[in-house]
Amino acid sequence: MSAQKTTLHVDPFERNWLIISFAMLVVFSVVIAVSAFGMGIQVPVPESRVDPRTVASDPNSPWSNPGVREIVPGQKYDVYILSKTWQYLPAEITVPAGARVTFYVTSMDVQHGFKIQDTNVNVQIVPGHVAKMTVTFDTPGAYDFICTEYCGAAHGAMAGKVIVQP
Amino acid sequence: MSTKYELSAQEKKFVGWHLGLAVFALGLGSLFGPLQALEHAGLDLYPFLKPLFKSYYQGLTLHGVLNALVWTTFFITGFLTFTTIYGLKRPLKYPKLNLVGFVMMIAGLVSAAIPLLLNQATVLYTFYPPMKASPLFYLGLTLVVVGSWVEGYGFYFTYAAWRKENPGVRTPFISFAGILNMVMWQFATLGVAAEILTMLLPWSLGLIQNVDPQLARTYFWFTGHPLVYFWLLPAYLSWYGMLPKQVGGKMFSDSLARLAFWLFLLLSIPLGFHHQYVDPGVPAIWKYIHAVLTFSVFFPSMMTAFTVVASLEYGARQRGGKGALGWILALPWNDPSVAAQLLAGLLFFFGGIGGLTNASYNLNLVLHNTAWVPGHFHLTVATGVTLSFMGISYWLVPYLSGRKLWKPKWAVVQAWSWFIGMIIFSQSMHILGLLGAPRRTPLGLAPYIPAEWNSRLLQVGIGGTILFFSGAIYLTVIIATAFSKQKAEASEQVEVPVAESLQDVNLTPQWLDRWAPWLYATLILVVLAYGPQLFEQIRNIALTSPGFKVW
Repeated sequence: MSAQKTTLHVDPFERNWLIISFAMLVVFSVVIAVSAFGMGIQVPVPESRVDPRTVASDPNSPWSNPGVREIVPGQKYDVYILSKTWQYLPAEITVPAGARVTFYVTSMDVQHGFKIQDTNVNVQIVPGHVAKMTVTFDTPGAYDFICTEYCGAAHGAMAGKVIVQP
Repeated sequence: MSTKYELSAQEKKFVGWHLGLAVFALGLGSLFGPLQALEHAGLDLYPFLKPLFKSYYQGLTLHGVLNALVWTTFFITGFLTFTTIYGLKRPLKYPKLNLVGFVMMIAGLVSAAIPLLLNQATVLYTFYPPMKASPLFYLGLTLVVVGSWVEGYGFYFTYAAWRKENPGVRTPFISFAGILNMVMWQFATLGVAAEILTMLLPWSLGLIQNVDPQLARTYFWFTGHPLVYFWLLPAYLSWYGMLPKQVGGKMFSDSLARLAFWLFLLLSIPLGFHHQYVDPGVPAIWKYIHAVLTFSVFFPSMMTAFTVVASLEYGARQRGGKGALGWILALPWNDPSVAAQLLAGLLFFFGGIGGLTNASYNLNLVLHNTAWVPGHFHLTVATGVTLSFMGISYWLVPYLSGRKLWKPKWAVVQAWSWFIGMIIFSQSMHILGLLGAPRRTPLGLAPYIPAEWNSRLLQVGIGGTILFFSGAIYLTVIIATAFSKQKAEASEQVEVPVAESLQDVNLTPQWLDRWAPWLYATLILVVLAYGPQLFEQIRNIALTSPGFKVW
């Protein structure tokens, strides 16, 4: 009766399948680690915190006067964008092609999104936090930035433009 | 070894009520899906609904809450009640306790439905603060979740009683899998319980003025991803433990099936930050750790893919199937329950690949909150899960009601039309997402639509329309079955499909039937993966966001 031993029955085909599955996941994890931490294709990380109730009105807050700050002409720009229902301030900015542009985006009300089309800039705007993303626009033209999080009645109309000049 | 066991009339009624409310929610919620899809295609019907439904977003909220939260939770608690009783071959230990849980769920549903229908809770099914809904909405969600916990306690008492009566016997697979799913759910919902009870409910009642939206997101996604496994595991239960019987075969490996479920308990929860890859308030290292943990939960799904397909192939070859792939044709495709679950599994496979893409950390920069995401979860929850549940109901509703399935051929048409409609809908949504189209957005208003999106947007509308008709056929078949005047003859009674294992279940190792080590391991892993960040975020809590009603 009890002579037979209990075993974890694994079919040889299944064993191979599982080994391949496991190896695949290890490869994926390594590739992602290299691309993110080695090559710098990185997700947003904590920048700083603000009080959403005063971020637009406090004269010491950069978002009381949002817009483009030229750090090194032609090379380095900081852009402060304030999101609120249902617009970005400013809704249009101009930067030169080839410059490193760092966006600092925050919200004075609900959550929003900030995604610049045809770039890797795509971040959740959570009130109380500053979202920071850096990008270099190599090709001149107009790039839409759009709200990607439901933020109320006119969410679909919430958008702006980056004009990249040659 | 006989598998025959009969639920009492009262038990059948109890499970049937769960299914009835689930199907009602699915029917109502699915009315709005096509409205969203048609809006994308350029035909906005919402203005015509104005007296009843105020906006696209009220419709989208109803669609998400009713289909993703209500249909699933009610179907699952009902189905797990069935698998607990039927698998253990004993009645519930305290049927009144389960009844109390169910009544709480109904009370919660009513409480949430009132503000939803009055446009007082148009916050979508993720209800991210600081959008603030009516307190009845948060109270309703709490009651639904706590009610499902109480029903779960009923399962545990029943299981403990069975264990006492049957020392040393392996837990029957379907009962084991169902109870495990409930355990995982009770762990996982602690996040949303903390979110609602410590922040949103007191805030909506005016007891506190402000909340911390980032911490709320972390709490929410603690629950939000295991939620999808809570939906999925009952479908896996059926694919592993029932579908093989329906195709004339056996479960390929009892021990690996159990191991897969244990791994789902262990790995479903500690990975929620993969929904927060682009959140500004979570450090990169924790996002990466959760990326790797998300990959690890793909492993038991790969085990499932092998075992389920092997079980199907075994069954098909018993039926005379030949060839490397030719056996697929020998499966009983004319059985609507089988057809629905096979097609669900097939699309779920692609959903799984998309899921792996979503989990891939920095790839999320391209995908986050684009149309890709609803494209993805319409393959998983709206097909892998929902079409499987429809397939299950094609035998379960006849079993519970003692009726014959109304027009099985129409039910087969339903399964195929869901499959085809979803391919058209989901494929175009995936592509739109890659092109940059946002999710949760009535694109008619949007000032940034390039011409290249238009043909895809039209396909979204076509897919949604096909799905609408498929859903209508489903409701018709189920209602006509359940309320048919004619009872089935004794010879036509449905047999409950419970698959036997190819391998003697008594050879399954004892450690695959012991709860304590797995529960401790789960607790430890959750604490390791979430503890440090939760500690940091709670220590640095900034209650600075007042509520907004912006719809």
